Formats: sequence, structure tokens, C-alpha cells
Amino acid sequence: MTDFSTNQTTRKQGRAGQIALRWGLYLILCLFALYYLMPLFVMLTTSLKSLEEIRTGSLLSLPRNITFDAWSTAWSKACTGIQCEGLRPYFWNSLLLSVPAVMISTLLGALNGYVIAQWKFKGSNLIFSLMLFGCFIPFQVVLLPMARVLGILNMAGTIPGLIFVHVVYGIGFTTLFFRNYYVTIPQELVKAAKVDGAGFVRIFWSIFLPLSLPIIVVTVIWQFTQIWNDFLFGVSFSQAGTQPVTVALNNIVNSTTGVKEYNVDMAAAIIAAMPTLLVYVVAGKYFIRGLTAGSVKG
Amino acid sequence: MSVMLEVKNLFKNYGSVEILKDINVAIEKGDFLVLVGPSGCGKSTLLNCIAGLEEITAGDVMIGGQNMTDVSPKDRDIAMVFQSYALYPTMTVAKNITFGMKVRGVDAQTQQSKLAEVAKQLQMEPLLNRKPGQLSGGQRQRVAMGRALVRDPKLFLFDEPLSNLDAKLRVEMRTEIKRLHLDLGATMVYVTHDQIEAMTLATKIVVLKDGIIQQIGTPAEIYNNPKNLFVADFMGSPAMNLMPATTSSAKSGTQIQIERENDEPLILNDKAGLNLPKDVIVGLRPEDIVEAGFRAGTGVQTATCMVDIVEPAGADTYVMTKLGGTEVTTRLHAETQATPGKPLEFAFDLGKVSYFDPDTGSRLN
Repeated sequence: MTDFSTNQTTRKQGRAGQIALRWGLYLILCLFALYYLMPLFVMLTTSLKSLEEIRTGSLLSLPRNITFDAWSTAWSKACTGIQCEGLRPYFWNSLLLSVPAVMISTLLGALNGYVIAQWKFKGSNLIFSLMLFGCFIPFQVVLLPMARVLGILNMAGTIPGLIFVHVVYGIGFTTLFFRNYYVTIPQELVKAAKVDGAGFVRIFWSIFLPLSLPIIVVTVIWQFTQIWNDFLFGVSFSQAGTQPVTVALNNIVNSTTGVKEYNVDMAAAIIAAMPTLLVYVVAGKYFIRGLTAGSVKG
Repeated sequence: MSVMLEVKNLFKNYGSVEILKDINVAIEKGDFLVLVGPSGCGKSTLLNCIAGLEEITAGDVMIGGQNMTDVSPKDRDIAMVFQSYALYPTMTVAKNITFGMKVRGVDAQTQQSKLAEVAKQLQMEPLLNRKPGQLSGGQRQRVAMGRALVRDPKLFLFDEPLSNLDAKLRVEMRTEIKRLHLDLGATMVYVTHDQIEAMTLATKIVVLKDGIIQQIGTPAEIYNNPKNLFVADFMGSPAMNLMPATTSSAKSGTQIQIERENDEPLILNDKAGLNLPKDVIVGLRPEDIVEAGFRAGTGVQTATCMVDIVEPAGADTYVMTKLGGTEVTTRLHAETQATPGKPLEFAFDLGKVSYFDPDTGSRLN
């Protein structure tokens, strides 16, 4: 009986300890979340305040009068250098450049990965290693040679030129993603399809692509984030009408005359970051799933 | 009968490694050829070479009288069932089965009627709209078979199709494959490492080891007259007893002397007038060593041996005894009175004996 009761007390103590641990864990997680959300909070609140309020109030206080003036200014009126059209035209530039670049690099990555994983040929591993090598070359290193190549191809300063740069730079990563995913697919599948009479393209289209949704999502998120957020290539290889939104944001923030319009800067920054946030929120759960899918699939 | 498959002087190398060496096999229409051997012997590679999924280094593959050596798999008129089944994961069972016809541009109506026919044959009509992921191992196996059957090819190829199934299902599917073979009269090539599958299914067996054919023959030939020690040991379960012995001529035939621990040597007299070297290896299957009085015939000789271990297996009792330095398995009737540590009189059926050269391993009689 005594044994039983002591057993009970220790068990109770153990449970209390566990609950305390859990709460402690949540507390720490909340603190971290707050820490990371703080900048976003400041950005959001500042963008909704008037300049007057920003000057007089505290950085962390909530806006007294919510106004969207800063947002509309940022979107269509803010000045980037001498032009005052806001972010809008550059936002379109970014879309026009990201969407095809993401699509082309993903498709090429899928094809490359398919060949390297399932249609091995002499030297295919070497080619894969070289592509991987491409992932580790810093952007800055290729700036000058790339500028030269774009000049030769007559694509300097154009959106297709930027698409080309991003596709070339993205293939390494997309190939890596798809190759690692396709390597887990048994070779017998290709053999069975070959015996069934299907060829290279048919097998890719009917068997591999339908299997690839998780890794396509991963690649699209990865590429879209990279390309949309890119500044260096954007600023180096574009000219007046073809600058992406990141470059325009920089210009808005850096080229104000007179009073610094913090609310407009903040609104512009949020607008510029919106698409990647949106993509991640919509497809995020596939992202985690896709990153781990390759490892568990047999 | 026409020759359906002929493999001539086939060699296969991976780099400098020789996987298959000078393979020559021919089978006729309606034959069931089983390629059997331990893992790594090249049997699956040979099947892939026949299918055209592996390029061959030298030699020819003829299917239906045509030289198919440089023809791609899809034009060889073959169907193949894989060990992992290799079902297309995103397609339903019906689509899996009709994929081959779709690729070849068979019209939809023919596809559907053939699908219905095969589904009925394999009793899988209720499964047609499911995805492979929703099927059990046995059902997947059936779908894989269906995918091959629907094609109605010249040659069926099976790459260890039963090895992923549990023991009971394996025996059921084995019978089913045998029935299909009888019903269709189709020509089949089947790879397995399981010698029982080989024995039960084959009309012709090829035993492979290290990429070299050890023996080709009917199951009975392979079982009763193994050409060398490897085949003798590999085919049959429990394996053939292989006992080192010395021979000398006697008045009536050959005297065979097998050493025993702590006992006088076992002496047997083979009356068949054979010309044997002094040192031989005597091969006797467990069922050819029985309790005295249970086997009659000209070749039967009796001798008393010490019982080592008794293993009742239901229908039979396996009794071990030590002969010639090896553990010898004998297959006795279920009600035997054999007791470990006690002597027992055994009957050795020398009418079934095999002699092997201890150095080369090849058969002597």
C-alpha cells in the first residue's frame, strides 16, 4: 500500500514537471516569435501612420489614425530617381521576369534530374558534380563575364537577359532537387515502361512528372524566392525601364529629397516582399513535405 | 515446335568485370525456362539482356527466329514482371494495365475489352479503379501479372516475381503462374534464387554460378543427375549429402569406404561396374538414405550408424548422423524410433548415388 502511494506521488510529481517543461517551452517559443515579428510589426504600424504621427509618436506605438496614403504613394507615386511612378511598373517587371525564369529553370531542372538519376550515361556523374559546383559560385564572381555574355547575345539590359541569367544560375539548384528526388524512384519503373513501349519523353511525361508535385513545389518556392528577392543581378543587368522591384525599392528609399518618408519606405518594402510571403503561405506546407518526401519514399 | 528464344555465345561485361560468360540457351514455344542460382550469379542480368534492358558485350539474342540483339525492348514483343512489380504509382490499376496498349496506339475499345478479359482471368475486377498504393502485396503482384498478360507477347519474362510475398502467398501464386502457363501455352523465362520454385515451375532449368552455366536440363535431370558439386548442393532441400570417400575394387563392383569418428569406417559396395578414381565424393540425397527395411532394390545397402540429432518435421523425420566428417541428413518416416546417441540401421540406396571428383567437382558416373 505504501509502495503504491509513493508511486502515485512520484508519478504526480513527474506529470507536474512535464507540464512545467511544456509551459517553459511555449514561453521561449513565444519570446522568439515576438522577437522575429517585431520588425514586421514596426513596418506595418509605421506604414499605416502619417508622417506627422511618426515624428511625434513612439516607434512601437499603434497608429492613432490609420491611413493608407503611404501605401498608395509607394505603389504609384513614389519617386525612384527622377521618375515618380511608384513601385507599380517595377513590380510588373519583377513578375514578368520571375514567372518565366522560375518555370524554365524548374522544367530544365526536372529534365536534367530525370536524365542524371534514371538515364545515366558515361560522364553523367561528372556533369552533375559540375552543376553542383555552380551552386557554390558566388554571384559577384560571374558579374563581369555574365555582362560580357549578355552583350554578345544582345540581351544586355533586357528582361529576357535577366531571365537568362536567373535560369543559368538556378539550374544547379533545380537539378539537384529533382535529381535527389528521382534517385529514390526505383529503376525498375523505367524498365517496365520501356518494355511497355514508352520512350524517354513519354516516361518523363506520364510517369515521372505526375510523381513530382512535392518536389515541383519545393523548387518553385525556392526559385521564386531567389529570383524575386535578387538585387545584385537586377541592379547589374537592367536599365531604366527593366529594373525589378528590389532595385526600385532601393531607389525609393535612397533617393528621397527633403523629409524622409518612413511610412512610404515601409509600405514599399512590404509590397516588395508580399509575393514571396504569399507563395510561402500558400504552398508552405508542401515545402516541408517535399523536402522530406524524397528521403522516406521507397 | 519452333525455337522461341535462343541465346548464342552471350557475354556481358561491366567494365573489366565479366558478369556472363558464353551463355548458350535455346527454348521452344511453350517452354518454361527457369534461371536459377545464388545471388550475384548473373541470372537477373541475363534476363535483362534477353529483354534488351542491358546491352550485351558479345553474342546474339534471337526471339521468335529474329535476331533481336540490337532491337530496343519495346520492339522485342516481350512482357516483363519485376520483383518490385514496378507499377506506375500515379495511375489506377486499369491505367497501369492499359498503359502499354495506350503507348502503342491501340484503340480504346480494344483496350477496354482486353482489360476486362485480363481482369476476369486474374479475378481483380474490383481493384481496377484503385491506385497501387492502396493494394496489398499479393494484389500488386496480380496487377503486374495483368500488365504482362494483356500484351499477349511472344515471350514472358519474370524477374523474381514472388520474392516479396510471404511464404503462403508465394506458394499460391506459384501454382497460379503454373496454371497460367498451362492455360496460355505461353513461353516464359523466369528468374529465381529459390530452387523449389525452379523445380516446380520449370520445363527446363538453367543453373548459373558466377556467370557460367553449370547445367541445363529438365528438373528431373538436374535433380537426379547433377553435373557437378555446385548443382548437387544447390538444388534440393535439404541439400544432397556430400561425403568424402575412398574406393577400391572388390569382387563384386566397387568398395566405397567412408571414414567415421570414433568408429570403424562405413563400407558400402556399389555393384555397378564403375571405373572410379581412389578419392571421390559420394552424393546421396536425404531421401535415398532411409531406415533399413523401408527401401528395396538392387542398389540398397544397409549399415549401422550412430544417430546424432533427430528433427521431426511432421510428414518426415530428419535424422542426422556423422559420416566422412560431415553431418549427413537422412529422411526417415515420421514414426521412426531413432534416438539421439543410439545406433540405427540405415539403408543406403546406391541406385541413386552420384560420384564427384573432389578436385574438379565434376560428376563421375
